[in-house]
Amino acid sequence: MIRFYNFLIQIIFHIPYFCFINIETEIENNKKIIKSSRKISDILFENITLIFALVIIASVLLIFYEMFKDSAVSREKFGFGFITSMKWDSVREEYGALTFIYGTVVSSLLALIIALPVSIGVAVFLTEIANSFLKTTVSFLIEILAAIPSIIYGFWGIFVLAPFMRSTVQPALQESLGFLPIFGGTAAGFGLLTAGIILAIMITPIITAITRDVLKAIPVSQREAAYALGSTKWEAIKMALLNAKSGILGATVLGLGRAVGETMAVTMVIGNKAQIKESFFEPAYSMASVIANEFAEASGSLHISALIEVGLILFGVTFIINSMARLLIYSFTRKTQAR
Amino acid sequence: MLTLCILAAMLAILPLVYIFFYTTIQGASSLNLAFFTELPKPVGETGGGMANAIVGTLILVGLGSVFGVPVGILAGIYVTEYSKSFFANVVKFVTDVLSGIPSIIIGIFAYGLIVIPMQRFSAYAGGFALGLLMIPTVTRITEEMLKLVPHTIREAALALGIPRWKTTLRIVLRTASGGIVTGILLAVARAAGETAPLLFTSFGNSFWSSTLDSPMASIPVQIFNYAISPYDEWHGKAWAGAFVLISLVFIVSLLVRLATRNKYSQN
Repeated sequence: MIRFYNFLIQIIFHIPYFCFINIETEIENNKKIIKSSRKISDILFENITLIFALVIIASVLLIFYEMFKDSAVSREKFGFGFITSMKWDSVREEYGALTFIYGTVVSSLLALIIALPVSIGVAVFLTEIANSFLKTTVSFLIEILAAIPSIIYGFWGIFVLAPFMRSTVQPALQESLGFLPIFGGTAAGFGLLTAGIILAIMITPIITAITRDVLKAIPVSQREAAYALGSTKWEAIKMALLNAKSGILGATVLGLGRAVGETMAVTMVIGNKAQIKESFFEPAYSMASVIANEFAEASGSLHISALIEVGLILFGVTFIINSMARLLIYSFTRKTQAR
Repeated sequence: MLTLCILAAMLAILPLVYIFFYTTIQGASSLNLAFFTELPKPVGETGGGMANAIVGTLILVGLGSVFGVPVGILAGIYVTEYSKSFFANVVKFVTDVLSGIPSIIIGIFAYGLIVIPMQRFSAYAGGFALGLLMIPTVTRITEEMLKLVPHTIREAALALGIPRWKTTLRIVLRTASGGIVTGILLAVARAAGETAPLLFTSFGNSFWSSTLDSPMASIPVQIFNYAISPYDEWHGKAWAGAFVLISLVFIVSLLVRLATRNKYSQN
């Protein structure tokens, strides 16, 4: 009882205090204290991290500016004709990038044609078929495949893949499909097809990884619904693939971006000959390769400028391809999360 | 169809197994102590190694890390901890785009930015190019590791009255540090294998480089020069170099896998 009285007395003594205090100013004061403590350290920290984040954006802009500026000589001299001309002559100082664009486009598309079905197959294997041991092992191996330096792919290409293509694959293709002009010509080993295959090996991991993530993002309920309607496992997977098609498209485009920009491996197996031939067995030249081969020994400012312009085209193309791919993947994940 | 998927998985792994064993067999037979301790010898002379290239790669990657790792980590912190702002999404997008820019373009950039003003090929330029290439990987891994730290830990720290920046640096970052460190290792291993951006920045050198503003040898560039040469002796050396690089990648990938496995399985 005594405790209760004490409590009452305390409350009564405090009543004047409750009356005179202004709750609103108190809250304001507290807010001020919180804000001012935030001002000192937190805002500083946020802005420091922001500056470092800005470094990334600034570098991308600066890359573009640098290459645009350094290619000025070549852009002024050749204009739009740079893209449509096939001449690349450092003696007469005439430069055109068409052969390199052709080599890059054809080798990358070949790589996509080979890599896409394989990657989707692996992704389906990883999400739907494999048990957890196989899942971790295979994804680990594929991760390593992505981490092997491209110089090693190229080196392997010179000594293993190109001789194998020359002795086995290309004669076989000529025998069976030789009536097609793309498989005509001499089987030299080094050429567009070999470059395409090396690129396919290199872009398989990235397409696989993103397709796998995209398939994982498809809600389980959809698959259950398909099973409930009596579909087989393959039919359920097919439905998941159809639903994931925009995400898979994003993965494909991302793989294309990798293939377009790949330098060393392609340089070592494409044959490095600036020409456009209808056969995929013939040697060719890619945009990245010509920069890698000629830049350090360029013969004059116009030559360097022309090489940088090739780089600028490559930069523009990969920039657009990568932006598209990322937007496709973002919009897909947002869509599935919303569902 | 399901059998086809299994076949596809086998087909995708086949090149890895082939490359791995081929490099090991070719490389291990040419690998000896001299490879790690001696300078390259000219054609015709037997022996010699890649000591300068090995040290060169270490220096270049070190320079790259000094530039790339802080930028990557702090940008990663910005993207995750202040993720509500519109700008964070822009940064995330640009980082993804940067990771897709071909490494040869980065090489041209470093050439224009550092080599031309300095009038010479230099280790600085090579290190800068490698650092720029490391940034997206480090940012990405920081972002992913910070996201794995449960929100309750952040809230607990804030409830104790610890300011936000201290919470981020001392508690969230420390919780995620294991994963971030292995992620950085992965970025370093990848940077160590890059050739294209070094071709016309750090260039190459058959001797020891005494200063950082002179050309510097590196393992990948040395492999490239040896691989396209017609001499068997040099090919052997290149395979040994390739073996060193591939082992580095393999070990680091394994470490990353082991370090991140527990955290992923929790989710």
